[in-house]
Amino acid sequence: MEYKFGEPNLVAIGSFVAVVILTLFVTFLVARKQKQSASNYYTAGGGITGFQNGLALAGDYMSAASFLGVSGLVALKGYDGMIYAVGWLVGWPALMFLIAEPLRNLGKYSFADVVAYRLNQGPIRTASAIGGLLVLLCYTIAQMVGSGKLIELMFGIPYVWAEIIVGTVMLLYVLYGGMLATTWVQIIKACLLLFGVTILTLLVLAKFNFNPGNLYGAVQETYGVEMLNPGGLVKGPVEALSLGLALMLGLLGLPHILMRFFTVPNAKEARKSVVYATTFIGYFYLIIPIVGFGAAVLVGKSAIMKIGSGGNMAAPMLSQLLGGTPFLGFIAAVAFATILAVVAGLTLAASAALGNDLYVSTFKKGNVTESEKLKAARMSTLIYGVASVALGIAFQKQNVAFLVALAFSIAASANFPSLFLSIVWKKLSTTGAVMSILFGGLSSAILIVLSPTVWVTILGNPEAIFPYKFPTIISLPLAFIGAWIGSVIAPDKAAQEKYEQVKIRTYLGVGISDASDH
Amino acid sequence: MSENYQKVLNSERFKKLIKKRWTFSFFMLAVLFVVYYGYIFMIALNKDFVTKKVGVYTNVGIIMGIGVIFAAWILTYVYVLWANNVYDKEVEEIKKEL
Repeated sequence: MEYKFGEPNLVAIGSFVAVVILTLFVTFLVARKQKQSASNYYTAGGGITGFQNGLALAGDYMSAASFLGVSGLVALKGYDGMIYAVGWLVGWPALMFLIAEPLRNLGKYSFADVVAYRLNQGPIRTASAIGGLLVLLCYTIAQMVGSGKLIELMFGIPYVWAEIIVGTVMLLYVLYGGMLATTWVQIIKACLLLFGVTILTLLVLAKFNFNPGNLYGAVQETYGVEMLNPGGLVKGPVEALSLGLALMLGLLGLPHILMRFFTVPNAKEARKSVVYATTFIGYFYLIIPIVGFGAAVLVGKSAIMKIGSGGNMAAPMLSQLLGGTPFLGFIAAVAFATILAVVAGLTLAASAALGNDLYVSTFKKGNVTESEKLKAARMSTLIYGVASVALGIAFQKQNVAFLVALAFSIAASANFPSLFLSIVWKKLSTTGAVMSILFGGLSSAILIVLSPTVWVTILGNPEAIFPYKFPTIISLPLAFIGAWIGSVIAPDKAAQEKYEQVKIRTYLGVGISDASDH
Repeated sequence: MSENYQKVLNSERFKKLIKKRWTFSFFMLAVLFVVYYGYIFMIALNKDFVTKKVGVYTNVGIIMGIGVIFAAWILTYVYVLWANNVYDKEVEEIKKEL
């Protein structure tokens, strides 16, 4: 049976309803007994195990963009898609070596806690919350626009309705169950995704006698050897270095990822989380190229391009070809669950920045009752949720691909350096941290506007002023220079003393449980 | 802050632990950079090597890509082994003095 993309499909819609009911049911089940407090809302009370958190981290990171996008990229561009798959993974070991443990030991609700720990609360929280929110907004808009188009195509629901459904269901999870419910949605989604992609991979390999070599052979015979060789993605050493830095260190500044480390009880579980996350994500990126190459050979490039030039439908089309409409429905539901879960994670992180860092800690200076704190958390969740639906609709016709580059660049250049320096550099002062965030964030944004992605593709100029797609090679050093200049011209003696005292907590994990409201 | 805290903070043992932690971390990070950028630069600069066939259809580039994913796994596991067996033990010892 031929499935026509863009028309309402009962099997796909049925599986999607089943996934929504399943996740809402689990959300209800786990969140029912939870005590209502800000700490439970943002961090599930710190009671998630390393294994659960590892799955949830994997769920946060394996977005629809990586599932549909990377398989589509491999299907159309061959080997170059694989380079992306590899790049998306290498940040995880770096996250482990540099910040996973100290982050757990120093933070409470968001990474801004860590940066603000020994510096002036007001300016630092404001600056890091804005840096974090910018990253989250870019990421959210990219997700919302992508998801609207995907759902429009897969389920035949109008774009605006798709946005409203995503926003509403996501808000149901987050408002009702906070971090605990969001974590379980991530876990379910990660399992569904890993299971679905595994089945798809096995179905592809079954066509080639379970020998990947035969698959590459078929690729080469159909499209020529170029498909298996690196093409134009990595142009030169500078571009390569900049892209690598953005992918690797960007992960270390993504607020929704960093926030997950406060859901586990201690540094040891934080470490375990990264091990499981790296294992699952690595497995996913190891097999996703097989799906992509399989789609290229079995579905064919021209058929994939007919549905969408970006290749996003490669995996769904392949699943229909190999497993029929029911399996397509399942894969569609998996893609939808993926979008819901990622947007829920982003919204929760945004709520921590808005509700806790900006409103409670900066505006109210911490003078609020527990119930007001929770109210602020829920209100900011609602505001951000509605805003993301509105932005998703507003950006409908825009090319938003550059937003992911921007999110990773700001994360790597504005969030990561200040976070990292606050952990390792005694002399970091308030002025230094603020300058680091400003230098990194502004230079990222300006250079992306001047880069080929915006200056040429969107603004239509003949040649880019800044030649590279990722500005990290410039903006990251600028952030460190900003931190240094600021800390030299306005040193902070009290912060340096506090840095010494905090060491016991940073390295031994003593005093986490009585982490008071600071 | 209690006296014991101050003592531990100033102790050679604690300072050594911190130094050891970052030395190991940065060493691992350096290995990660060499592996990942080795792969990327090879692709950018040495096409002949990357496109060389291994077996009938598979090429060096594909093997290298898979290799980087395995390397990321191994590096993560090595760090955890080190942290569980070396770092955590020392942390427990020092904690007793608090």
